[in-house]
Amino acid sequence: MEKITLAHGAGGREMNNLLEELIFKKLPTFMKKVEGGLGIDFPDDAAAIPTSDGKYIVVTVDAYTVNPIFFPGGDIGILAASGTVNDVLMLGGIPIAALDTVIVEEGFEIETLRKILDSMFNTFSKCGVKLIGGDFKVMPRGQLDKILISTMGIGVAEKLIVDKNLRPGDKIIVSGYIAEHGASIYAAQRGLTPEFSELRSDVKPLVDLMIPLIEKYGDSIHSASDPTRGGLSMTLNHWAKSSNTLIIIEEEKIPIRESVASYCEILGLDPLTLASEGVAVLGVEGEKADEILEDVHSLGYTEAQIIGEVREKERKELSLVVMKTSIGGYRIIEPPVGEIVPRIC
Amino acid sequence: MKGLESIDLRRATNILFRSNRELALKILKIIELTWAQLKKSGYEHLRIMNFCGTHEWTTTRYGLRSLLPEGIELLAGPGCPVCITPSHYVEAAIKLSLEGVRVYTYGDAYKLPSVKKINGVKSLDEAKASGGDVVVVYSLLDAIRDVVKNRVESTFLAIGFETTYPAYALAILKEETPENLSYIVAGRLTPPAAEYAVERVGGVDGVIAPGHVSTITGGEVWINLAEKYSIPTVVSGFEPIDVLLSIAEILKQKSRGEARVVIEYARAVTWSGNVNAKKAINEVFEVHDAAWRGIGIIPKSGYKLREEYRRFDAFDRYGFREPTRDEWCYDLLPGCRCGEVIIGKIKPSECSLFMKKCTPDSPYGPCMVSSEGTCRIHALHTNVNNIDEIRKIKWIENSNHQ
Repeated sequence: MEKITLAHGAGGREMNNLLEELIFKKLPTFMKKVEGGLGIDFPDDAAAIPTSDGKYIVVTVDAYTVNPIFFPGGDIGILAASGTVNDVLMLGGIPIAALDTVIVEEGFEIETLRKILDSMFNTFSKCGVKLIGGDFKVMPRGQLDKILISTMGIGVAEKLIVDKNLRPGDKIIVSGYIAEHGASIYAAQRGLTPEFSELRSDVKPLVDLMIPLIEKYGDSIHSASDPTRGGLSMTLNHWAKSSNTLIIIEEEKIPIRESVASYCEILGLDPLTLASEGVAVLGVEGEKADEILEDVHSLGYTEAQIIGEVREKERKELSLVVMKTSIGGYRIIEPPVGEIVPRIC
Repeated sequence: MKGLESIDLRRATNILFRSNRELALKILKIIELTWAQLKKSGYEHLRIMNFCGTHEWTTTRYGLRSLLPEGIELLAGPGCPVCITPSHYVEAAIKLSLEGVRVYTYGDAYKLPSVKKINGVKSLDEAKASGGDVVVVYSLLDAIRDVVKNRVESTFLAIGFETTYPAYALAILKEETPENLSYIVAGRLTPPAAEYAVERVGGVDGVIAPGHVSTITGGEVWINLAEKYSIPTVVSGFEPIDVLLSIAEILKQKSRGEARVVIEYARAVTWSGNVNAKKAINEVFEVHDAAWRGIGIIPKSGYKLREEYRRFDAFDRYGFREPTRDEWCYDLLPGCRCGEVIIGKIKPSECSLFMKKCTPDSPYGPCMVSSEGTCRIHALHTNVNNIDEIRKIKWIENSNHQ
């Protein structure tokens, strides 16, 4: 009998296939969304429910099981808060409230829990997000590995930013160094070697970036995502597929920190498949791209780059992501397969 | 070069070999011009075979096939030691590990599947999960240290080409191999396999010969390939610029009607190689007709311990035997076409199991296991590996720069 493997939870092809079989195919269309809103009919960063005044309530839910719970650059608390806030933002929502479920293992130190929760509260507070409800449970020793946090985020959007709206002529902007979270968790799990001790997760809420952009460029931002599990490669493949386009990116333009690049090279990891927890990928109107990039820089995201553009596809089968490599050759960027790094978020 | 004074080695390598588009374009120009000449003299296709998983990785990772003019085809050859290691070695290792002998292996071979199940187990990975004694090591030295410290009866799954064999030879010659450690001698020699592949595939016009192997063997071992088969053979480095240069050299030889061995990777490879390492290998090992996975016996293509060192041979010690030509059984699972992928006869995408029953996460055939395996390289880098797919969208570039 077929069993669940870690790959089924890695955010790649295996997970898509499983969800397709168990959920997406199973539910009738009318069950997948609230009329006039966005649901799992087009899976995105979050879901939306229309309100009577023409706006949307944006909702998202996530579970966090990262290992280790304290990692270079953050902890499970800031990760849970940021992940939820970012998912609301990526659908064009301004986050306003959150609910949480915290499940801890019997024997977990209360002081450690306090640190984690403080870290989560601080993050929500910085984002102007109220924590309006939640649940707390304890599992017997050995039935849970330390702690699991699930957060639900709620926001309001004037206009939704939906991945399938990406269109030919759009440019792709990446807001900062990619793969930092994935690489640092990988390193933390395997024992950090001294020469890579500067690897840090990029985990952070993106309110300071996204709220000004949504307010100023709401109509010109056609799609937005935070490339978490499966990394930039997963995000762009998902975009190409859901928008029926061909995406061309330039390897040389993708922002990667030198230490992350060499860490990946030594370990044979592909940075395009490693997670970020504080990066936004934006598909923006071609003519506005340079102006938006400038604004992104002035908002403090100085590493941001236009990494490529969206093309009309020539043929039915061409919903692809193609990368022009550093040497000038072309390569198809496949969606990642297998479990790259387990328990990164 | 400007900017090089304040940067580290990795960055310098990148600038020189990986993102040097200016140089790449110059080399491509030479390739194009030479190819145009060759076409005038009647060539329609040119098939160049690489012999090294790392060359295939570079070719695929950097999209080199998309840069070449139509008509020039790059084939992936048999240069992945994990892929070609016969199943009977894996089966022996599994059996020993389950019988209480500690088995040391490199990580590459840890998940390598065998054809026959031993007590329901078909890889060292599974053997370990079933209580077998398997230890993954990074080097032979790690294994020797472990044996000395824990005094366990143990064996080393010694797979690999000429590159890895000096270490085993020296560990025996210098008497550093503890008596309770033996070797499963699965080492293979590359030139006989290259000749075999070239014969079987047919119509190979050039060979990109392995750089790492040649640091030991020297460029001289490829002379037979060049002279007997009249195939231009270039010992190449592993960066994209190296591979492009090697292709250009092969084309140039073709256009002059030559077939010589040329060392492109001259920063690491000499004509006669590492003489001391070769001497050590020769003292400890002799060459025999050996099996290659999914292929069969290739004459004079495997290492075997010489009589005086035979006591370190795991097969002798535990009563296993190498198959003779008549005894050899096809050692791939039903449907698996790795045997044809290995010699460059088919592309991974031509196998009906590729990315269906056989994926990087759950490999069915040996070429999907190692990072040097052609199937794995194609699976991770360009699944739609048919280069025509990219050629059809080549208009991208033209419109990109207008």
